[in-house]
Amino acid sequence: MKYSYYPGCTLKTKAKELDVYARKCAEKLGVELTEVDDWQCCGGVYTTSRDEIVTKLSSVRALNNAKERGQSLVTVCSACHNVIKRVNYDMANDAFVNAGANNYLQLATPYNGETKVIHFLELLRDEIGFENVKKAVVNPVKRRISAYYGCLLLRPGNVMAMDDPENPRIMEDFISAIGGTPVVSPYRNECCGAYLAVTDPAVPARHCGYITDSFKAKGAETVITACPLCMYNLKRNSGDLPVVYFSEILAEALGVK
Amino acid sequence: MDLSEQAENIKRISGVDTKKCLRCGKCTASCPNYEDMEYHPHQFVYFIENGYLDRLLKSDAAFRCMTCFACVERCPRDVKPAKLIEAVRLTLVRQKDSNRLKPYDIIENLNADLPQQAIVSAMRKYTK
Amino acid sequence: MQRIGVFICWCGSNIAATVDVKKVAAAALNEPGVVFSADYQYMCSASGQGLVKDAIREKGLTGVVVCSCSPRMHEATFRKAAESCGLNPYMVEIANIREHCSWIHKDVAEGTEKAVILMRAAVAKVNLNQSLVAGKSDVVKRALVIGGGIAGIQTALDIAEAGYEVDIVEKKPTIGGKMAQLDKTFPTLDCSACILTPKMVDAAAHDKIKIYSYSEVESVSGFVGNFTAKIRKKARFVKEDLCTGCGLCTEKCPSRKTPNEFNEGMNTRSAIYIPFAQAVPKYAVIDPAACLHFKTGKCGLCERTCDAKAVDYNQKDETIERKYGAIVVATGYNVIKLDNFGEYGYTENPDVITSLELERIMNAAGPTGGALLRPSDKTHPQKIVFVQCVGSRGQRPCDKPYCSKICCMYTAKHAMLIREKYPDTEVYVFYIDVRTPGKNFEEFYRRAVEQYGVHYVKGQVGKVAENAGKLRVYGSDLLMNEQIVIDADLVVLAAAIEPDESAKKIATMLTTGIDTNNFLTEAHPKLRPVESATAGIFLSGVCQGPKDIPETVSQASAAAVKVIGLLAKDQITCNPCVARSDELLCNGCSSCEKVCPYGAITYIDKEVNDHGKREVRRIASVNEAVCQGCGACTVACPSGAMDLKGFTNKQIMAEVDAICR
Repeated sequence: MKYSYYPGCTLKTKAKELDVYARKCAEKLGVELTEVDDWQCCGGVYTTSRDEIVTKLSSVRALNNAKERGQSLVTVCSACHNVIKRVNYDMANDAFVNAGANNYLQLATPYNGETKVIHFLELLRDEIGFENVKKAVVNPVKRRISAYYGCLLLRPGNVMAMDDPENPRIMEDFISAIGGTPVVSPYRNECCGAYLAVTDPAVPARHCGYITDSFKAKGAETVITACPLCMYNLKRNSGDLPVVYFSEILAEALGVK
Repeated sequence: MDLSEQAENIKRISGVDTKKCLRCGKCTASCPNYEDMEYHPHQFVYFIENGYLDRLLKSDAAFRCMTCFACVERCPRDVKPAKLIEAVRLTLVRQKDSNRLKPYDIIENLNADLPQQAIVSAMRKYTK
Repeated sequence: MQRIGVFICWCGSNIAATVDVKKVAAAALNEPGVVFSADYQYMCSASGQGLVKDAIREKGLTGVVVCSCSPRMHEATFRKAAESCGLNPYMVEIANIREHCSWIHKDVAEGTEKAVILMRAAVAKVNLNQSLVAGKSDVVKRALVIGGGIAGIQTALDIAEAGYEVDIVEKKPTIGGKMAQLDKTFPTLDCSACILTPKMVDAAAHDKIKIYSYSEVESVSGFVGNFTAKIRKKARFVKEDLCTGCGLCTEKCPSRKTPNEFNEGMNTRSAIYIPFAQAVPKYAVIDPAACLHFKTGKCGLCERTCDAKAVDYNQKDETIERKYGAIVVATGYNVIKLDNFGEYGYTENPDVITSLELERIMNAAGPTGGALLRPSDKTHPQKIVFVQCVGSRGQRPCDKPYCSKICCMYTAKHAMLIREKYPDTEVYVFYIDVRTPGKNFEEFYRRAVEQYGVHYVKGQVGKVAENAGKLRVYGSDLLMNEQIVIDADLVVLAAAIEPDESAKKIATMLTTGIDTNNFLTEAHPKLRPVESATAGIFLSGVCQGPKDIPETVSQASAAAVKVIGLLAKDQITCNPCVARSDELLCNGCSSCEKVCPYGAITYIDKEVNDHGKREVRRIASVNEAVCQGCGACTVACPSGAMDLKGFTNKQIMAEVDAICR
């Protein structure tokens, strides 16, 4: 199984674990990930306005590179995934954005949203299959684990189309597959406070406070996430509740950590 | 540009049809950053629909939205308030000398763990 | 050559504002065969009709074209007028210059041009019209009511009281429908069962009513006055003629884990069960999916317990064929599934319930014996939040675009009853609008607010999150312009209602229309609200649109009146526009027989005289009493032998030619 891979800037610096373990796990599971050529930062946030073309171009370049290779594009960071999947949706469905981006890029063949964008969790669920992940587990993670989805993996539901945006289960199924016990909180899809961390840390502190309180109250021993920014906000506000990347805990289970 | 033209432009770039709103307030009920915002998602929809855009432009409410899209997901009428809020924010930062975040502001808040993603996102949200 | 009169109606300003009627009248005089034209403000009025009649007599007209509204409105009016002065009614044609023209155009020049074209096509057709004589067919004096809820029961009782036989076909083991599940009814707060069960008993006892419970209509053929329905009686595995309804078997049954449908799955029932105490008919029924005997071949406890020897594990489904003159659809509704409303946490939290579940909790025969206890820990909830419009009035794929109509009132009822019985309970109702258009409805709602102190909050709930044993409700209070958070013990969702899933299948079976929400479509939204567009098919209750009990009962009786009006006739006039086969062209290929939905075509061996050559040929023969004039055979016929009277191929081509001229 060969895929194009978009790591994203944070995964090369502050969130190395997210990237390194994802690659190791992919290898263990027989998946070949090849980085997109000359990828650039996705921009961190998708700009919802239709007249924002420039901010969508780096995603289109990455998507087109995967298209030229005839591969699906795998992402692992929630934010990159959100931006790239939404830009891809625009390229397929919004003629205005499509025309603007193609006019600028002047590609050999216009890009019209042909590439399939899959998050690493979707790779595990839909391409490899959680049942095969389970078979590959050598160190079952016998912990009570809460999955924190945040917003970026799930919303908008019709575009991300990964799971039920209000009552998701992909990460819970993942936790079960690696031998853990999922601990479900209704706050697992509420926002962590996101980029307000830069200017006003009190906002993420408040949000992560009630989110991690809920995880703790339900008996979680560990929290997993797929987003470096969620990780940052949660870690600073979770007290003694450990927060790890889902790829790291997967590596632990697969014996490649 | 007068305010009504500006309101039309906000509707155009956001792709939001404010007339679809049922006035149920589910967006504001869903907003996790409610207490931080001077105006709430349902007010963005109502104000732009009814000619009170000036209040939104004078407020920093648009910059307090986390773009978590809870309001978009839960709106029974598919109005997409967060897209409207984003368009108001863009309207403001696209004005001359209106960047809400200067590089030195970031240095002030910088710490060893702050991910690049946070800085890039904040710059996208607060500057042009 | 015909002598045709053309009459252009202004329809007040409906037509005249967009169509230059004088111009159309003048243009008519240039058409072949037209000897007279006139325009008038209201052609359907007595004096308008007089104009038509006078012209027929004075100008010796042989054909009439009326340019007016849809033929569905006034074709019959003008045909009757023509008939009254000796003209065959089928020599009258309508050109629809209102719905098809003036209402959809704004520009007068364009509207007028199109009206002229439509007039021209109708004139071209009338030039080829021939006098037709309608036949008669007998009416079977029995009605079929599909669905045994309050709508079906009321319709059946009214028809039976008029002296006609009625069969009720109900897919569940008992009649009673949703109303049997309700505790109290608004706005009078009388007990639902107390007012429903007498009607159920009346229906069962009536010598003109036959109830096929646990049965489904499998197919329907025929036409108005003469339908044939196949009814599948599902195996109960209990002999109805022997079962006394004592219920002993249900007590002895060891398989007791099946969710009890009558209590909305909030408790369990046995594998052999009687749905509820007042079930009609009161026979036990075995659920083979739950029954140990069916699963393992063992047990047999119910068979041994039954003194009446009613249990019969070998019972098979039975198909019954019955004839009917009229059919009433009364298939009712269901509450929508809430799987896609994760923000309210219905699937994860047992204490987030639907209003129908609350009905069962508050009912003495319900899972808690009528005590208000929340499902999770069976404690009394101190704070209850009601959420209105869950799935109604929305545009997401999981939403219904319409207002479910009954929720505002039943929520006021629930809130009031709870405050009455448990005054220490705080009750909040989140609403978008409170809709109370009904007799004594607004007063009822105001009582909930003023007398019972129910907190009505204008706003919607965004999320319900389980938090430390409470349900944290995030709502908005739009009058305060605030987000409010309530830690509730119980959350009740007013889920939208939708037509029963059988409605779509039944509509197809009856060749009658449904709308985009699967509600059956009435023949006219104002003037023919209980008739479907298909003759002989009538609508009763929520299958046609959301409605409460008083409205359902009114409509049920109205449908009954329409049925009685039909059954009172010994014969009905058939549509003379039926198919006929040209025996010289027919090659007996059977193509037409295969496509005929009514079974109206048979083949006969007949001696024909083909230009002097006499021989016996196999040719198609149309039973005119059965043919409904749908025209499918005329399209299917490869040799062009099949034609439809009143809509002949020649007439249609003449219309097309006139339009393209």
